[in-house]
Amino acid sequence: MLGVPTFVVGALVWFPTVASILLSFTNWDGIGGVGTAHWVGTQNYREIATIYPPFWPAVEHNAIWLAFLALVATPFGLFLAYQLDKNIRGTRIYQSIFYLPVVLSFAIIGFIWQLIYSPTQGLINNIFEDPAHGNLTDWLGNPKLNLWAVLVAVGWRHAGYVMVLYLAGLKAIDPSLREAAAIDGAGEWHAFRTVVFPALKPINIVIVVVTVIEALRAFDIVYIINRGRNGLELLSVLVTDNIIGEASRIGYGSSIAVILIVISIIPIVVFVWNSFQEEMP
Amino acid sequence: MTSAAVAARSRAAARRRSIALPRVGLHVFLFVCAVLWLAPVAWAVFTSFRPYADTAQHGYVSIPHTLSLVNYKNAWSQGQIPLHFWNSMIITIPAILVILLFASSVAFVVSRFSFWFNVPLLIFFMAANLLPQQVIITPLYELYLRIHLPGWVTGGSGLMYDSFLGLIAINVAFQTGFCTFVLSNYMKTIPSSLGEAARVDGAGVVRQFFGIILPLCKPALAALATLEFTWIYNDFLWAVVLMSSGDKRPITSSLTNLQGTFFTDNNLISAASVLVALPTILVFLALQRQFISGLTLGANKG
Repeated sequence: MLGVPTFVVGALVWFPTVASILLSFTNWDGIGGVGTAHWVGTQNYREIATIYPPFWPAVEHNAIWLAFLALVATPFGLFLAYQLDKNIRGTRIYQSIFYLPVVLSFAIIGFIWQLIYSPTQGLINNIFEDPAHGNLTDWLGNPKLNLWAVLVAVGWRHAGYVMVLYLAGLKAIDPSLREAAAIDGAGEWHAFRTVVFPALKPINIVIVVVTVIEALRAFDIVYIINRGRNGLELLSVLVTDNIIGEASRIGYGSSIAVILIVISIIPIVVFVWNSFQEEMP
Repeated sequence: MTSAAVAARSRAAARRRSIALPRVGLHVFLFVCAVLWLAPVAWAVFTSFRPYADTAQHGYVSIPHTLSLVNYKNAWSQGQIPLHFWNSMIITIPAILVILLFASSVAFVVSRFSFWFNVPLLIFFMAANLLPQQVIITPLYELYLRIHLPGWVTGGSGLMYDSFLGLIAINVAFQTGFCTFVLSNYMKTIPSSLGEAARVDGAGVVRQFFGIILPLCKPALAALATLEFTWIYNDFLWAVVLMSSGDKRPITSSLTNLQGTFFTDNNLISAASVLVALPTILVFLALQRQFISGLTLGANKG
């Protein structure tokens, strides 16, 4: 009962994870057996940090991505959840509407938002600019704008996801807590800050983990829009480019994968610790 | 009516007003947000029903003079939607069944027996689901190119790479962790006396599992199946990296082929988007309760 699932997960997830770490220290080119690989120490890491042009832009874009999700989309999702938890009329319809983008794949989201951002055929430029005359804003083509344009689409999905998780958390809060705060004359914001938000702690941890992991995983939408270049470079894109793209350097791809491992270990440990601390000796 | 009562009434009314006023603001705010939220999808649906000539002549933001299904017809045939949709089903349905079988067996063992390795095992499964996919994609790609399989298993390629089996396997490996976690939490809420009673009656472990525990887990299994359907159907990266033949790709990753085929015909792109998104939207509308309970089962007690 345990053997087969453990083998499958071990062979297809954990073995490649370890292999990524090992390969990042070699110069293997993927051609021929792994025996042809030579140990090169930290050379790949030094090279991606110094002579690999898309690396630092990708780091910056991932950081902006995370900051946007954490500081804009997540608080907005929490705000929606808090308002929709008040038993207002039509709350279920609102919930369904805000949740709808979550069931769409990021690839489809990329497609749908291209219809909005397209310079000549898009919704925005057709409303606010005259497509018959030149000088149109190229929302997804301009490297100064396109990351933000994409983040609006990503936030559109993320806020709904966060809302559903928080709604479940809010329902689990003992109503007497809030009543007590109301009787004490606490204003809404004060009650939220001192009573409701602290009571949401278990969900907050889940949200933090989800947000960090989503920011690291981001890939599909930029790949659909322009293969992740020209302002949309991300670490995940660089890893993939080094396997199926033009620049095929297993060592570079693996080193960036290791950087992703190091960053993602933090939320994973937080999550595991939070889930199992009662059961640990 | 005494003046005191009138005063009390008007005070109460004032208080109601002071509550009611922000409520109106809230409704306006939510309504505006909801319209903005639906706009991208509504815009795609709207555009998809307009023939290219109509938008070319009158502009995209205009009252349509003709509506037709011609974009759907073209997307359906040029994008080979039926073929890719079928590919998605060949991958998604077996993957869900295997994931649920794997996850429920592991969850059963860790929730019914107390072995020293229960917690490490759960972490082993759960953490696998939290890694970013790119962490494992490079070695996985090389591994898949080196696993040779008989042709009848892979449908031609002779390799794990570019086979349906390969995609099913990685989806199973990646998603089993989440389901194991949810199911083990769920099974812990089932009283252990049930299993003990069955043991007294002489039921073996396998019969306890299939006869007692699994039927009790039906709500959780339904919720997970709904979620996993959406996630695997929506998968993009695995198929883009682990499949080379365009005509074997499941529908979400076949969108990259569509882009080349459709160029900048946004009307066709919108029809294709609606077609590809439709199954997940229908599943969501029909099984919304399962969907949300699956997500919150994973988040609560977690």
